[in-house]
Amino acid sequence: MIRRLFIANRGEIALRVIRTARAMGITTVLGVSSADAASLPALMADETVLLGPGPSSQSYLAIDKVVPAMVDANCDAVHPGYGFLSENAAFARAVAEAGIRFVGPDIKTLEGMGDKLAARALALEAGLPVLPGGEAATPEAVHARAAEIGYPLLLKAVAGGGGKGMRRVDRAEDLDTVLDMAQAEAQAAFGNAAVYAERFVAKGRHVEVQLLGDGTHAIHLGTRDCSIQRRFQKLVEEAPAPAMPEEARAGIENAAVRLAQHIGYRGAGTAEFLVDATDFSFYFLELNARIQVEHPVTEAITGVDLVEQQLLVAAGKPLTLTQAMVRPFGHAIEVRINAEDPEADFRPAPGRITRAAWPAGQGIRVDTHIAAGGEVPPFYDSLLGKLIVHAPSREEAVARLKAALASIRIEGVPTTAGLHARIAADPRFAAGGVDTGFLTGLAQ
Amino acid sequence: MNEDLPLNAEDIAEIAAIIEASPYRELDLSTRRFRLRLARADGADAGMTQEWQWAGSAPEAAPAEAEHAADPDAVAAPLPGTFYHAPQPGAPPFVAVGDTVGPDTVVGIVETMKLMNPVHAGRAGTVAEMIVPNATMVAKGQPLIRLA
Repeated sequence: MIRRLFIANRGEIALRVIRTARAMGITTVLGVSSADAASLPALMADETVLLGPGPSSQSYLAIDKVVPAMVDANCDAVHPGYGFLSENAAFARAVAEAGIRFVGPDIKTLEGMGDKLAARALALEAGLPVLPGGEAATPEAVHARAAEIGYPLLLKAVAGGGGKGMRRVDRAEDLDTVLDMAQAEAQAAFGNAAVYAERFVAKGRHVEVQLLGDGTHAIHLGTRDCSIQRRFQKLVEEAPAPAMPEEARAGIENAAVRLAQHIGYRGAGTAEFLVDATDFSFYFLELNARIQVEHPVTEAITGVDLVEQQLLVAAGKPLTLTQAMVRPFGHAIEVRINAEDPEADFRPAPGRITRAAWPAGQGIRVDTHIAAGGEVPPFYDSLLGKLIVHAPSREEAVARLKAALASIRIEGVPTTAGLHARIAADPRFAAGGVDTGFLTGLAQ
Repeated sequence: MNEDLPLNAEDIAEIAAIIEASPYRELDLSTRRFRLRLARADGADAGMTQEWQWAGSAPEAAPAEAEHAADPDAVAAPLPGTFYHAPQPGAPPFVAVGDTVGPDTVVGIVETMKLMNPVHAGRAGTVAEMIVPNATMVAKGQPLIRLA
C-alpha cells in the first residue's frame, strides 16, 4: 500500500499523477521550486514542500533536496513523472536507501536503460535489431565513429531522452561545433555531458510500444506513432501507429515485450523504434523507463489508467491485466501545445498566460497545468498542455482534432496551436503514416 | 488542501454535450475554489472551449523585463534565460577579452527552457568586455558582451 506519495515533478504531469493518486485514496505531497509555488499542481496537491529556487539544478534535479523533502514529509513512495530525475539511477538508489518506494523500474534497469549504450547492448542480447553506431567518449572517438557511420548522423545523449542533447550532423566540418552544443545540452538536462553517435535515417518513422511489467510478466498496450517532430521533440503522437500492416505492428509489439521479459521489466515503460517508412523494417532505439508525455493516447484507446498501473506495481502488486484483456478501441491523437514563437523559429517563449480557453467536448481530453493567470517560467520546458482527441476511426479523430484546434485560444504567449492546425489540415497527415521529415514539407 | 479534484475530462465532455444540445451559448460557474466557463467557440467549424480560473493561484509577478538602451557595440541576449560563457562547466569559454570575432562566431549560449541557444556576435570586431558574468539570468535584449 502507498499512503503518502511524493511527486518529484511539476507542470501537467504533476497534476496528472495527483489526479490518479487522489482517486486511489493516496495523499499527495508535491515538491515545488519557488517559481512553481503558486502553480496549479501546487494548489491541487494535498501538501507542498519548497525544494529551492527556480533553476532545476537547485530544485527538481537536486537529489540532496528532493530526497530529504520526501523523508521529512513521511512519504512512503515517490512518483518521478518524466524528465528531471525520473530515470536517474542515483536518485532511485537514494530513494531506496531512505526506505521509500520508487515508482519506476529496478535500479539495475535504470542503470541499463538510462545509459543508452548499455540499452543497445541489452536489446542486442534480446535479439532486437539496432542501428549502426555506438560509443564515442572523446572528440577523437566521435570523429572515428562518424567516419565509420557516415553522414548524416545523430549525436545523442548517453543519459538522454526527450530529444535533449540530440543533434544532427550533416558534414564532418560541423562535427566539433555541434558536439559542443550537444554536450552542453546533455549536461544541462541530465547532469551528464556524454554523447554517442548513430546513423541518421531520413525516411524513418518513430514508432513506440507501451509496456507494462511486474518484474515477472510483461504485456504491451499497443503502438504509438510519434513521427512528427521538430528539433527531435515530439509534436504529434497517435495510437495506434497508422498506415501500417497488422503483421508489422505485431512484430514491433512482440519485440518490445521480448525485451521487457528479457530484463524483467517492472512498471510502465516505452520501447522506441525507428521504422523504415517503406518496408516497415525496424530498429530498437531506446527504452524509456518512465511514464511518457504521450501516454494519454494509449489510455484513450485501451481505457487503462497507466499511472494507476504504475502505482499498483510500485506497491508490490502483480499485474492483473493480461494481454488478452487489452482490447484497443478507435484512434487517438495528441498534440503538444507549447509556449513557442512561430515567428522566431519556435523559440521557447516564457511569460504570463492572460487567457486559456482549451477545447472541450466528446472525445476530448486536455492535460494542462495552465489556466488564466498562469505563469510559464523560463527555467523549464515549454509544454503548456496536451490536447488529446479520441474517436472510433482515425478519420473521425482527425476531424475532431481540427475542430478542437479551431476553438483553442491561448493568449499571453505565442503557442504551437497554429502549427498543429496546419499539420491537421495537411493531406499527408490525413492519409497517415508520415515519416520524421514531415515538417519540412509542411505548407506555411 | 482540498477534498477532491473537480470535473475530469468525461465530466467536461458530458456538460459540453448538454450545452451543445441546448439553446444556450455558455455555462459560467463560480465556486469558492474555481470559476469554469464552458462556451461555444467562434467560427463555423469550432467546438466548445473550457476556461478555468483558480482561487489562490496568483503567481508571483514575473521579473520585470529590464529596459535596455540600444547599445550598438554590445551583443544582446536574443531571448531571456541563463547566459553561459562556456559550452559546459569547466570548459574554456567561447570567447575572451581581446579575441577577434566574425558575425557568425558563437560568443556564448543562452539556456531557455532547457534548450541551448547559441549567441552569435552579429558583426566582426574584438571582444572588449564580458558585461554579464557566467551563469547569470538575463532578459531579452540585455547587453552581454561589448565589442570594439
